[in-house]
Amino acid sequence: MDSEFNELEKMLNIFITEEIDHHTTEKLRRKMDYEITRFMPRKVVFDFSKVSFMDSAGIGLLIGRYKLVKLIGGSCEITHCIQSISKVLEMSGIEKIIPIQKEEKVG
Amino acid sequence: MKSRYDNEMELSFLSKSNNEAFARITVAAFAAQLDPTIEELADIKTAVSEAVTNCIIHGYEDTEGIIKVRATLLDNCLEVEISDNGKGIEDVELARKPLYTTKGNLERSGMGFTIMESFMDEVKIHSVVGIGTKVTMKKKIKKEENKSLNDDEDVLINT
Repeated sequence: MDSEFNELEKMLNIFITEEIDHHTTEKLRRKMDYEITRFMPRKVVFDFSKVSFMDSAGIGLLIGRYKLVKLIGGSCEITHCIQSISKVLEMSGIEKIIPIQKEEKVG
Repeated sequence: MKSRYDNEMELSFLSKSNNEAFARITVAAFAAQLDPTIEELADIKTAVSEAVTNCIIHGYEDTEGIIKVRATLLDNCLEVEISDNGKGIEDVELARKPLYTTKGNLERSGMGFTIMESFMDEVKIHSVVGIGTKVTMKKKIKKEENKSLNDDEDVLINT
């Protein structure tokens, strides 16, 4: 996982670079919470362009971070996810609280 | 011995969370013989990951135990059986309910069985308290000639 903070827009971009399952979420949770509490962003963007797999552990992870960001008055967004990950996200109904930015398919 | 299946395999491994990826990748590689689409493979991986995670955090509750995965192929159907000798599920119907979780403190979403049920064609749960749990899942892989143009497009985009 990498991250990038835009001071001007108070926007934290989180680039997830690993597969997301119960095994990897603990570390991701720690890293994300560290970055969120360090920068106190107004907006957190979860960039999924490097994520090839996510199961329901990812839903728990995202909801947990959403709660933390909401607590400090910010909002979240999800971008660049592949079809199989969109499917898991859509099933959970998470887009009601975290908007999923739809991409135009290229190829 | 002649198997009644076209192919079969068995894995057994310790209930360590880094085996979640090992199990789903292995089952997906085995299922690849049926020539599934990228989407079908992703469904299988996700369902296996959910079942194995359940064995680890519910069956064995982070104690160490053995998880068994058995997969068979017959015609165009994959059957995966994932079992543990853990504590078992008291109320299977309740456990199947979307959003039901006993591990909310661990930020679990309660979506595990719901995902297995919607990503596979059939999910059976057999559980005995104190003995263990076995989840059996089936998925039909569409035959090549029935695959739509959309599926082909997906393959091109995702590879």
